[in-house]
Amino acid sequence: MIRHLLSGADLDADTATEILDTAAEMATVAGREIKKLPALRGRTVVNLFYEDSTRTRISFEAAAKRLSADVINFSAKGSSVAKGESLKDTALTLQAMGADAVVVRHPASGAPHRLANWVDGSVVNAGDGTHEHPTQALLDAYTMRARLGRLAGLSVAVVGDVLHSRVARSNVLLLSTLGAKVTLVGPPTLIPVDIAGALAPGTDVSYDLDAVLPDVDVVMMLRVQRERMKDSYFPSAREYSRRYGLDGPRMRRLPEHAIVMHPGPMNRGMEITPEVADSPRSTIVEQVTNGVSVRMAVLYLLLGGNNR
Amino acid sequence: MTAYLITSVSIVGAAPTDLLIRDGVVAEVGPGLSAPDAVVVDGTGLVALPGLVDLHTHLREPGREDAETVESGSRAAALGGYTAVCAMANTSPVADTAGVVEQVWRLGREAGLVDVQPVGAVTVGLAGERLAELGAMADSAARVRIFSDDGHCVADPLLMRRALEYVKAFDGIIAQHAEEPRLTEGAQMHEGEVSTRLGLIGWPAVAEEAIIARDVLLAEHVGSRLHVCHVSTAGSVEVLRQAKARGVRVTAEVTPHHLLLTDERAETYDPVFKVNPPLRTADDIAALRSALADGVIDVIATDHAPHAVEDKECEWAYARPGMLGLETALSIALDVLGPEWDLIAERMSRTPARIAGLTGHGVDPAPGVPANLTVIDPAARRTIEPAELASRSRNTPYARMTLPGRIVATFLRGEPTVLDGKAVK
Ligand SMILES: [Zn+2]
Repeated sequence: MIRHLLSGADLDADTATEILDTAAEMATVAGREIKKLPALRGRTVVNLFYEDSTRTRISFEAAAKRLSADVINFSAKGSSVAKGESLKDTALTLQAMGADAVVVRHPASGAPHRLANWVDGSVVNAGDGTHEHPTQALLDAYTMRARLGRLAGLSVAVVGDVLHSRVARSNVLLLSTLGAKVTLVGPPTLIPVDIAGALAPGTDVSYDLDAVLPDVDVVMMLRVQRERMKDSYFPSAREYSRRYGLDGPRMRRLPEHAIVMHPGPMNRGMEITPEVADSPRSTIVEQVTNGVSVRMAVLYLLLGGNNR
Repeated sequence: MTAYLITSVSIVGAAPTDLLIRDGVVAEVGPGLSAPDAVVVDGTGLVALPGLVDLHTHLREPGREDAETVESGSRAAALGGYTAVCAMANTSPVADTAGVVEQVWRLGREAGLVDVQPVGAVTVGLAGERLAELGAMADSAARVRIFSDDGHCVADPLLMRRALEYVKAFDGIIAQHAEEPRLTEGAQMHEGEVSTRLGLIGWPAVAEEAIIARDVLLAEHVGSRLHVCHVSTAGSVEVLRQAKARGVRVTAEVTPHHLLLTDERAETYDPVFKVNPPLRTADDIAALRSALADGVIDVIATDHAPHAVEDKECEWAYARPGMLGLETALSIALDVLGPEWDLIAERMSRTPARIAGLTGHGVDPAPGVPANLTVIDPAARRTIEPAELASRSRNTPYARMTLPGRIVATFLRGEPTVLDGKAVK
């Protein structure tokens, strides 16, 4: 097993599949009356969050607790982090506390890579800047596999602000490794340069959502911040929604079996309408549930729970 | 004053000969010299060059003496084979008055390891709003001739035009840090495949090229001298090539790191590789190397930029840009150009001395010229250990790399600043 999970690129097909299979086993625990396994008893998992992300932190916390790990939440608010302690000094503190795993969310791309140089424990990237969010990609892959029965050969459209999206980067890397075909869709201003060369050869780009929809198995809508229009990435929220938002009529262009995903939190009315978000095609609630199982699997495998 | 006899040394690649330094000048050159009173330096296998001249050095004093001082930076320079450095103006306070440039100039004299020639700021506080007192700095004891807001671009076209015109009165030159600020807001590294993969905001090549294109047109329009700092892209080379062909009075420099390192170095997120302008692609490196050989780029300048540990041992986005350069520049030049001694002397000594107006520097060792020279062992190879550098800072991008060439001795007006590869003081 790998030591850290920093990027979707850290996972080869076998490792990714092992995580997804393990997550499926973990999911059975959630159905039990006592939702707890003793696998990580006596191990310490630190949630180091430099950004407010209650949903991600709670998901990791639930995952660690269901494996009986001791969980320490170290958040930027009300701790030495806010007083300007450096990442390195914080790392040395966590090291002294004997952290077996550090789950880190950070506004700066690459911060988890830096952290991994300074601690002995495993580092799990829970979202770094505009770089990656590998456990989100794993839970997305898990959800696709659960709904559609496979990943190889799937056609997946990832739609929206790809430029600023850590979810998109991790999904392109992981889905390509697992044999799915990814098409990135958005206005040209929000598609980063040289994306296929940068992430995975065979990744397609389209500026026309309507043309892409009839041929996909999965459409994944990314959150688009309204503030992006201040930087002239698009003229107005209204024009963005009209060209790249997923509404009812557009959803009906999808093949019968196709699913609609969103990593959350949603901007209802911006990139997705309530009709779509609440439709039977939508996997948004399942994604949250699956997130806990996938994070249990990641912590379990990184911390060698399978070797004990 | 002690005399020095360097025996069997190759002067700028010529056949070995003896070289006698006495009373601050090169007294004699020729085979079989004898000088019983002189200290003998065995120059067998070594090459003597005119002392190197750096057009672009950050010495950090006043203001960030924890990162570098005039003295520590001067020592690093001497160990790198330099006899003169041009100290950039982005200190704290900014070198935008006669008082500050004279202070830096005086500190350089006191250290006595290289000639420290202050660069004056173009605008007050580097704020890009109104001209600093350029004439007062030119008339000061520091005799400033190069003006630069380096670290910032003089982005306002009217202000740039006025600066170019104004310094004609005292044969000044504006050295531009070419970076269109709106195109580089928040930029962290070269915009391309690697920035996309790493999720770091890109610094597009066009942000440099657009400013250079504008500035060569402005310099042409007003008939002034323009110098372009740290050229980093193939597109910039083409803009400069065309401007020079038209006869525009423009000169340009390239840094050692832009001749050697690519943007892929960012993949570890180690900010020791964060620099402004950023490391570019292999294609850019190839274009810069050929421009250096054919003269479209006139000078290798270090952009030596010391930074304290806490400004580099952190997240990439929070780190300050810049890398050390003085103690490794000659080795990188040797690595990139090979033992092309005349070309190295031209790009690292004669031409920068001429651009900066530093008479007495950049002159090949010959009877009667000031003894500002350096002696190199081209056969030596050394592994760069950050802790062994003379700079107060440790942010070298070449840590644990093995590079060719070693400075054996450096002389400033006949006095050794480096002997046996060690600083004399
Ligand atoms: Zn600069």
